[in-house]
Amino acid sequence: MVVRDLVKDFPGVRAIDQLSFEVSPGEIFGIVGPDGAGKTTTMRILAGVMPPDSGTAIVAQCDVVADPEGVKHLISYMPQRFGLYEDLTVDENIRFYADLFGVRRQQRDARAGELLKACGMSEFRRRLAGKLSGGMKQKLGLVCALIHTPRVLLLDEPTNGVDPVSRREFWAMLYSLVGQGVTVVNSTAYLDEAERCHRVALLHQGRLLFCDSPARLKSRMQGSVISIVSSEARRVKEELATADGVTSLVLVGDAVHLFVDDADRRIDNLRTRLTGRQIPFDEIVRVTPTIEDLFVEAVRKDAVHQAA
Amino acid sequence: MTCPNGNSVEVEDLVKRFGDFTAVDHISFQTRTGEVFGFLGPNGSGKSTTIRILCGLLHPTSGRATVAGYDVVKSPELIRRNIGYMSQKFSLYADLTVFENLRFYAGMYGVPSSELRARIDWALEMAGLRGRESSLTGTLSGGWKQRLALGCAVLHRPPIVFLDEPTSGVDPLSRRLFWELIQRMSNDGVTIFVTTHYMDEAEYCNRLALMNGGKLIALGTPTELKLGSIQGALLLLECDRLGDAIERVRRFEGVRDVAVFGNALHLVVADAAVAPAIRAALEADAISVTNLQAIRPSLEDAFVALTTRRTAGSTAEQSP
Repeated sequence: MVVRDLVKDFPGVRAIDQLSFEVSPGEIFGIVGPDGAGKTTTMRILAGVMPPDSGTAIVAQCDVVADPEGVKHLISYMPQRFGLYEDLTVDENIRFYADLFGVRRQQRDARAGELLKACGMSEFRRRLAGKLSGGMKQKLGLVCALIHTPRVLLLDEPTNGVDPVSRREFWAMLYSLVGQGVTVVNSTAYLDEAERCHRVALLHQGRLLFCDSPARLKSRMQGSVISIVSSEARRVKEELATADGVTSLVLVGDAVHLFVDDADRRIDNLRTRLTGRQIPFDEIVRVTPTIEDLFVEAVRKDAVHQAA
Repeated sequence: MTCPNGNSVEVEDLVKRFGDFTAVDHISFQTRTGEVFGFLGPNGSGKSTTIRILCGLLHPTSGRATVAGYDVVKSPELIRRNIGYMSQKFSLYADLTVFENLRFYAGMYGVPSSELRARIDWALEMAGLRGRESSLTGTLSGGWKQRLALGCAVLHRPPIVFLDEPTSGVDPLSRRLFWELIQRMSNDGVTIFVTTHYMDEAEYCNRLALMNGGKLIALGTPTELKLGSIQGALLLLECDRLGDAIERVRRFEGVRDVAVFGNALHLVVADAAVAPAIRAALEADAISVTNLQAIRPSLEDAFVALTTRRTAGSTAEQSP
């Protein structure tokens, strides 16, 4: 997939602004950002259901802007509200989508059997889709989206509102798909989901902030993060707000996260200060910054940059 | 604004049955005044049923629950007057201004007209919405809307606020601002009761309760849950040929579970001491290992370990 300089305007707002990235075959690529960042617009353009105002997008060697119909048998697009028929059974839903994509009966039956088995749903074939749990509906949606063996799978916020156990099962399916050579592009507002992708594009207000693997994104972060677990986390936060080298502090449950210029240099001083004030703490350790930390830092810098 | 009796929510041996189905199965817990309490569980775990009982919307089959000192069965109206409720799907009126939304909710919650102006001012100040009073709500960004929704939910100064996936879909900066607001409220003695599927929201809670199959299966601080959840150890494995590596480690004795995280794997093992043997086995298959080390479980690791452990053994379990 090659995306170059995509722009899409809606009345009064530029939904995506000069967006460029590439996705390699067999990769899980995450489009990550808050609501309104331009995720859904990007997905719609890639799926050939919405034309961009300018720019190009090549998906599976097909130009989606010039030939939006040509791309449709190569890809599968699962929008946020995937249209499952609640009053049809699991099997009937699959048959419906197979017909829609023109899948032959023999192929369909073999493929459906395989997919249902892979997601542990073989015994639910006669159950009404409306009677499935949220996680199972999600998996059935995926089965329907995969029935025509697409080369590229576009998923728009697929795990929204799905509990962690079902979410892991869903991801396990995605990893087995990429093992078979399918390319997956999925969008999410959750930065912890980004950690599961091979590479991610972080979007903010229609613009690309970063595009890289999660590990490399984190290594870009300047400074480091120290976590202090304490039964009196609030006191820790107040006490250390003025400590040398501390740029910001966040109270996170039973811990305080401190953003410091250099953890190795500062950690002893922080420990001494807490001990001196007799503020109890269970541990004080350097932690890996999260993608959320990086995002917050980038957006802050961007705001300063724009103001200047 | 605080509760007279110390504990803002008290649940004792609570049961709710729907026909043959036991949705809530003898659960007990208390929240402390001013704490941020997270209530977690997969779909169908009995979480929503419990919240409905606590909000006085549903009667329990047996057991007792009090919220802000009021019994949920005897005084549901008093409870509704003493709680605030906010969800990501909170219905703000997009075609009303910020001020009009606040006035509307003040009316709904019965804020006396003598206090109306002061309460709305307070909410505007708290939510950082001063200067935006006459903006149309529909034109606000997600972060502003969310803070307005919170302002509307606490106009009547409830001692307890229920939040349902409050920061879902909001940008990280607004999310941090929101949690700072919540922390300030909790500092002032307001109890915050959060339900969510998202572990990064759960991280912000002081204590967490985890529901599964109608039972309360874990209760503790985020750190306690992480450390206590996994029997054995968790290893982080970074290597090439991930697909082959998964197959290989699954067959390895002492590996209980394997989960993929992008370019890495999380292995649940009986003992971290098996790490060198795993490395050797992978390298014997010409898989090159770049990193293999014991790590602390994330909240998600804890959640999955705790819920699946109980599901597997649930038939042997007896009710307390």
